[in-house]
Amino acid sequence: MKFTWFHLMPWPHLPDDFREKYRSVWVDIPTTLYDAKRGHHVYHDYFDQLEYAETMGFDALGVNEHHANAYGLMPSPNLMAAALARRTSKAAIMVLGDSIALYNPPIRVAEEFAMLDVMTGGRLACGFPVGTSMDTNYAYGTIPALTREKYNEAHELIMRAWREDEPFAFNGRYTKLRYVNCWPKPIQRPRPPIFIPGGGSIETYDFCLEFDYTYCYLSYSGYMRAKQLMEGYWERVAKAGKDESPYRGGFAQVICVADTDAEAEKLYSKHVHYFYNRCLHVYPGFADAPGYRTVKTLQANMITQLTQAQLRNYPTLTWKDLVDQGYVIAGSPKTVYDRMVDLAKTLRVGNIFGLFQVGDMPSDKVRHSTKLFAEQVMPKLKAELFQEWKNEDRFWIKPMQQNERRQVAAE
Amino acid sequence: MTITSRLIDVAGGRNKVRVYEGGDGPPLFYLHGAGGLMREDRVIAALARHYRVYAPLLPGYEDSVGEERLRDMLDVTLHGYDVMQALGLSKPLVVGHSMGGMIAAEMAAIAPNEIERLALIAPAGIWLPEHPIVDIFALLPQEFPGYLFHDVEAGAKLMTPGGDMNDVKFLAEFMIANARRLGTAGKMLFPIPERGLSERLYRIKARTLVVWGENDRLIPPVYAHEFIKGISGARLTTIPQAGHLVGHEKPDALVEALRTLN
Repeated sequence: MKFTWFHLMPWPHLPDDFREKYRSVWVDIPTTLYDAKRGHHVYHDYFDQLEYAETMGFDALGVNEHHANAYGLMPSPNLMAAALARRTSKAAIMVLGDSIALYNPPIRVAEEFAMLDVMTGGRLACGFPVGTSMDTNYAYGTIPALTREKYNEAHELIMRAWREDEPFAFNGRYTKLRYVNCWPKPIQRPRPPIFIPGGGSIETYDFCLEFDYTYCYLSYSGYMRAKQLMEGYWERVAKAGKDESPYRGGFAQVICVADTDAEAEKLYSKHVHYFYNRCLHVYPGFADAPGYRTVKTLQANMITQLTQAQLRNYPTLTWKDLVDQGYVIAGSPKTVYDRMVDLAKTLRVGNIFGLFQVGDMPSDKVRHSTKLFAEQVMPKLKAELFQEWKNEDRFWIKPMQQNERRQVAAE
Repeated sequence: MTITSRLIDVAGGRNKVRVYEGGDGPPLFYLHGAGGLMREDRVIAALARHYRVYAPLLPGYEDSVGEERLRDMLDVTLHGYDVMQALGLSKPLVVGHSMGGMIAAEMAAIAPNEIERLALIAPAGIWLPEHPIVDIFALLPQEFPGYLFHDVEAGAKLMTPGGDMNDVKFLAEFMIANARRLGTAGKMLFPIPERGLSERLYRIKARTLVVWGENDRLIPPVYAHEFIKGISGARLTTIPQAGHLVGHEKPDALVEALRTLN
């Protein structure tokens, strides 16, 4: 299995009465709640945590892209990846931006990802999210019904820019370039591994299968609620006649490890509640701009979505609810191991994006949980699960050999 | 008055368009707003008492299809003429409400000799930074009536005949249809309902009437003056005790105003 230590970089200083006073953590949250001097420390705490995760043996360090969002302070994930590039040496740098429909012209993504891949010696894993409606439509103004078409065109341009050796003309509907000439080119040829975050669109399943990209469900609702969605994906995999490599799938999970189950609640409960009650407080009017999802996808999911939205009343969920219902995998290393096995088998995912820093959790707790997981849970999961796929290498980075690479990481 | 409907081929079959039709009198070409037509639409019924009404549904609404090829304002504007041609209409009175008013104004601006009489009912298409229009794409379904009607309670009933937004199945169906409708509307109205129309209004030659509900909370009546200023010789009729869906709340007053264009 591959474990990505994934950071959302939430703002940890939202007020206690945030839910009551503000309608949304995203899109129209006032920036008076942000404090740039505190933000300086927050960023460096978060970088330290990511760098620590590499020393603990995680396969990848994950960053992502959000806009006008107080739980995701990374409008530019590429900047974060660049900052990590020279401070790390082994782990993949997993960038789950870039929302390629939002870059104008999208050749910018081909260039920046190529730069990152070269700087890291071929350690870049890149995500091409369509982007949530909050980011793509409300914060960045893309017309919802044209988002997917724009995305597809950007994807075609980026792939060709990496693939072709000669400059070429690109006459797209949204981007017209007389000279496409991507300098530099990535180390990983024809491309770095690509991860596509999705939320159940049939179009996204098919897109991943067409190009052998890894489909990632980055929900915060836990693996039990993800079962139906991932089953839909695996059905689509089977229908397309593709192999069932678990590395075709990924899942994000909040994970909190302590010495005992009781200790986990004591240490982490407060921060987990901060995350679910404040960070995920999104105004429903921003959830899904009309036209963003296709009618086909809406017809498949609408009733489930509405029903789940009614059930997902975070403020009423206790620690026990969150743990029992699998939103959070928390407890002793033994408990967490058992739940992780259940997760991997239920969803058949080889990629885990572990969220260890949750809400306003401070660094000492983040490290404690990360260390316990890395030492007492991760090795066993790696040794035991999906052994029939242990030689799978199609979906992971292929860096330069160690002896070819410059040693630049800070000690 | 009987209103019937049929599905016609438009632009050589590139679009199929449902057209509601009825009444006797001079031809009237009606372009609906972002919400589409209502079941047993009151405005259409009122207009059909004095006109032969042709009310096409934009692709993306009900079973009108081909919206994927309508990406921007020019596509939609030309589509309007394609529909007029498919119906064999020559110089009808062109009436557009809200988004439909924006389309009608664009049609009259792009080919000023084709439209001689024009009525714009609370049209979209202009943005005044000091009077921002509410973001309809971020409204919850139950919030719409508050912005659309003067009489909110009666309006809410009009919008959901026989349905209940608290019923999950009804809500799901409403939201899917609404997503398709507003998804199409978004090509003209998202994220700001403005595509450069004010730069083109000077081209309009039609005798133009602008109609506004006095209590329009969606596009405030201050916008009427921008249209009056921009279109040579345009007149304004303001209808009291009416909101954005002025024709649904005051159908008779609307028809009376339109008849001054005859």
